[in-house]
Amino acid sequence: MENKSPIIEIKGLYKSFGKDKDVLKGVNIHVKKGENLVILGKSGSGKSITIKCLVRLVEADRGEIKVFGTDLSKLDNDELNVIRLRIGFLFQNGALYDSMTVRENLGFPLQRHRAEFTESQVNLAIEETLESVGLSEAIDKMPSELSGGMRKRVGLARTLILKPEILLYDEPTTGLDTITSREISELIISIQKKYKTTSIIITHDMACAKFTSNRIVILRDGLVYTEGTYETLEKSEDEWVRSFFI
Amino acid sequence: MVIEIKNTFDGIGEFVLFIFRFFKELFKPPLELREFVKQCYVIGYKSLPLVAITGFIMGLVLTLQSRPTLAEFGAESWLPGMVALSLIREIAPVITALICAGKVSSGIGAELGSMKVTEQIDAMEVSAINPFKYLVVTRILASTLMIPLLVVFADGIGILGGFVGYNIHSELNIVRYNSLVFETLGFVDIFPATIKTFFFGFFIGTIGCFMGFTASNGTESVGKAANSAVVYASLAIFIIDMLAVQLTDLIF
Ligand SMILES: Nc1ncnc2c1ncn2[C@@H]1O[C@H](COP(=O)(O)OP(=O)(O)O)[C@@H](O)[C@H]1O
Ligand SMILES: [Mg+2]
Repeated sequence: MENKSPIIEIKGLYKSFGKDKDVLKGVNIHVKKGENLVILGKSGSGKSITIKCLVRLVEADRGEIKVFGTDLSKLDNDELNVIRLRIGFLFQNGALYDSMTVRENLGFPLQRHRAEFTESQVNLAIEETLESVGLSEAIDKMPSELSGGMRKRVGLARTLILKPEILLYDEPTTGLDTITSREISELIISIQKKYKTTSIIITHDMACAKFTSNRIVILRDGLVYTEGTYETLEKSEDEWVRSFFI
Repeated sequence: MVIEIKNTFDGIGEFVLFIFRFFKELFKPPLELREFVKQCYVIGYKSLPLVAITGFIMGLVLTLQSRPTLAEFGAESWLPGMVALSLIREIAPVITALICAGKVSSGIGAELGSMKVTEQIDAMEVSAINPFKYLVVTRILASTLMIPLLVVFADGIGILGGFVGYNIHSELNIVRYNSLVFETLGFVDIFPATIKTFFFGFFIGTIGCFMGFTASNGTESVGKAANSAVVYASLAIFIIDMLAVQLTDLIF
């Protein structure tokens, strides 16, 4: 039963910047527990804004957002933070804290939210999480010494360290070469298997979409234009939809 | 033109809200002591060489420039006191604050601006760490406390510079020099000048943080944040100085 209930429900999400800049005009998206949902859309179509609304980094103008069955708009800051800790957000370029080493980047959220951990528990958690993204050797490097792909892995490790139930990926493979992209896609799947997470993945990369998606949603002009599995959308009658798959 | 005026007032309004938010978050846990100490080190300790050099030169130059006039009246023995007085009341606070507007305020603006642009601030927010408390409150506090200390340091080095300047043309030992200095200085010279340096520090920190924290996305906004931080912090220093002098004049 629990597998069927949506863990994320977005209903009629509306967001504009200024008077004549409507970005989202009533987006509806549901994600079931354990599902990998890919969101496609041209750049500027409001994909990032949509997932930022899910953690209230951006406040929606209208619409209902429920995560784990809780309506986000009704929460005060402390309650919101409890929900945020159950959601991991991977930013487009990793968003690593560039004044801290990789170890400190991972330790920072741990010290805040797992105050009961001893130093050796903290170190163990950091090493384990880095290993699960395949980057044990980078532990004492600074973010500036890392390549684009490594930064994304470290960013992912930093969100994984708090064991989130939902993962939001903002263009995880953009700016990476084909081989690294493939590795990141595989990592997304292996993490989902290992940590039993639910994910929303924003991407332009059709190889990544094909590899990771259970279902795809396409945004256009601030609305969900269509949705379906990779296979059905690929054979869509609609030329605009098919243009993504070339 | 009308739009420009409106934007200016919008900006001022936002800045005032930013200051309110600082006082609101100031007393909320967690304390962020480690980051505060680190910022004190960065803002205070790392500015010491720069402040020392300018302080020394201010004292030296002031002495050399004032000497001929005073010598004409045969009042050379006033020179140490006069130089110390100008330094402590006006020159050291303002020059040190301006240097820190260039170094500290723009540094904070650029740092927070680039954290904003690369979504590091958002990343903190979504991992339930309050970025305002962690980044802004610590920096404003550190700057409010460190700038006055730097000014006191500049006062001391400036007086030393004056001593060296004095000894280029005549001879006076440092004990005698100091007694000439301290004979002249009173409470009215030191107290108001010290109070205003806390305001300098507060605004240097606040303006740097405001510019960085509210930077818009896009790489060019990092440079813009650093640049406006220097410009507005320098302007703020002159305005505070003017108000402080008027107030001191009224009260004392
Ligand atoms: N803070 C903001 N202020 C004004 N416009 C914004 C802001 N954030 C995003 N936008 C606009 O919203 C639109 C959608 O942005 P985004 O969700 O980032 O697009 P994408 O689908 O490429 O991720 C873009 O046109 C962008 O210019
Ligand atoms: Mg985006």
